[in-house]
Amino acid sequence: MKFTWFNLMPWPYLPDDFRQQHRSVWVDIPNTLYDPRKGHHVYHTYLDQLEYAESLGFDGIGCNEHHQNGYGLMPSPNLIAATLSRRTSRAALCVIGNSIAGYNPPIRVAEEFAMLDVISGGRLIAGFPVGTSMDTNFCYGQIPALTRDKYREAHDMIMQAWAGEEPFAFDGKYNQLRWVNCWPKPIQKPHPPIYIPGGGSIETWDFCLDHDYNYSYLSFFGYLRGKSLLDGYWERVAKRGKDDSPYRAAFAQIICVADTDAQAEELYAEHCLYFFNRCLHIFPPFADPPGYRTMATVKYGALSQLTQARQKILENLTWKQLVEERFVIAGSPETVRQQLEECIKGLRIGHLFCLFHNGNMPDWKTRHSSKLFAEKVMPRLRDLWPEWKHDERWWIHPMDERIRPEERRPGADKPREEWPR
Amino acid sequence: MKYQTIDTRKGTRCRVLEGGSGAPVVFFHGAGGLLADNPFLDQLAQRYHVFAPEWPGYGESTGEELLEDMLDFALHGWDVIDALGLSRPHLVGHSMGGMIAAEMACLAPRDLDKLALVAAAGLWMDEHPIPDIFALLPFQLAELLFDDPQKGQALLTGGADLADMEALKEFYLVSQRRLAMAGKILFPIPNRRLSKRLYRLTAPTLILWGAADRLIVPAYAARWKALIPSARVEMVESAAHMLPYERPEAFVRAVAGFLG
Repeated sequence: MKFTWFNLMPWPYLPDDFRQQHRSVWVDIPNTLYDPRKGHHVYHTYLDQLEYAESLGFDGIGCNEHHQNGYGLMPSPNLIAATLSRRTSRAALCVIGNSIAGYNPPIRVAEEFAMLDVISGGRLIAGFPVGTSMDTNFCYGQIPALTRDKYREAHDMIMQAWAGEEPFAFDGKYNQLRWVNCWPKPIQKPHPPIYIPGGGSIETWDFCLDHDYNYSYLSFFGYLRGKSLLDGYWERVAKRGKDDSPYRAAFAQIICVADTDAQAEELYAEHCLYFFNRCLHIFPPFADPPGYRTMATVKYGALSQLTQARQKILENLTWKQLVEERFVIAGSPETVRQQLEECIKGLRIGHLFCLFHNGNMPDWKTRHSSKLFAEKVMPRLRDLWPEWKHDERWWIHPMDERIRPEERRPGADKPREEWPR
Repeated sequence: MKYQTIDTRKGTRCRVLEGGSGAPVVFFHGAGGLLADNPFLDQLAQRYHVFAPEWPGYGESTGEELLEDMLDFALHGWDVIDALGLSRPHLVGHSMGGMIAAEMACLAPRDLDKLALVAAAGLWMDEHPIPDIFALLPFQLAELLFDDPQKGQALLTGGADLADMEALKEFYLVSQRRLAMAGKILFPIPNRRLSKRLYRLTAPTLILWGAADRLIVPAYAARWKALIPSARVEMVESAAHMLPYERPEAFVRAVAGFLG
């Protein structure tokens, strides 16, 4: 198993009556709620946590892209990954990812991801989400019905740019470049591992399988609800005649570890409820503009997005529900281990994106939970897939001799060496 | 009136509501499509030979993947007129249909007789931002579109009750398909720079507006007039954006008075 420590970077100062006063945490949330001076502390707290996660032994540290969003303060995940690339030296940098349908031209993503891979010595995991409709359509203005087509074209441009060894012309429908010539190019060959985060679009499965990319199901609603979707994915994998390596799939799960189950509630309940109650308060039409989902997916059952009922559920959630329905896996190390084992085996996943910081959780609690997990839970979940132990197809392949920028370099100003040969 | 189906040379298949006799009038519907009942078309067909094609993605019309941008839509409009075998028809466009009709008239100004734009989309004024129709809950539509939202709700859904889950689902699926198509020329801002091309428009033009339009407010009628100085502007009281459905008699009186 590979464990990636993920921070969504929520704004921890949303007011108590946020739900009553505002219709959405995303797209049209008033930016008067953001205070840049507090933001300075918030960013550094979150970045320190990601660096701390590496020191605890997590395999990867992760960030993602959202815009105009009160629970995701990373309009540019590449900036976050860039700071991490200089202050860490071992963990994979999981950028999950760049919403490539929104970039003009998408070669920018090929370039920035290549920069990150080179600076980090080959530690980049490159995520290519279609992007939520909130981000890609409402904040970045892409036409919903053409978003997927534009996404595919952006993907093709980036992959061709990474593979190409000579300048070439790209005559796309949405992007025309006479000279595509990616400088720098990534260390990892043929390219960094590619992860495709999917919500529930069934077309995404085939796309992942066509290219042998990792399929990452990013839900905040836990493994019990994620099961039917991943079952569908694995059926598709079998139908396409692909092997069933669990490393083909990743899942995101909120996790809270304490010494006892009772302590978990005491320490973390209010922060998880903050997350579900305030951070997921999204005006439903923003989540489903016409054309964003294909008609096939809409008929598959996406109607729930539309209903007020779903919003009502979030408003009245209790800690008991969060835990019983496994939106949150919380409790003593042993409780968390049991439930995660059920999650990992049930979903058949090789990668777990672990969400330890939730809502307005303070720094010390986040670290406390992460540390308990790293010491008492992670080691006991490591070897759940012994038969796939050597499957490294969806993991980073860093350079052996890497610069460790966090090390001091005394005497570096003395004349001594040319550029390495 | 009755439906017929035509195939365009590009490969779309379109359903066209047709009726009446006299000078040909082509009516282009807006982003919401034709509704179950279209009394204003029945009344117009008492004086003219009326054709009301449904855009691909609407009703039984297909081929939506073939139309992606404004030029595609406008040329499709002319393709439909070719397939119907019409020569120099009058064009009447409502809302998004008005946007496309105006674009068609700029592309081929000599191929039409007169042009009537009814609460037409296609222009943007920073001081009067048009509400985002792609970010509405189903029950918010009628309030935005009709002078009398209660009556409007019944017209939009054909009387179905949106509190009923099955009815809501049906309404939702149909409306997702339509608006996915409309989004290609209306999202995120319904402005594809038509204003730069309106100088080419030579057809006599009527600008017809509901005085209570809350979607594209009447200030836009004045903007159209400023861009097409020879146009005639008429306002209809007690009508909002869905003027043809809310005030069919007033609609027909104004359009027929203009077309002659």
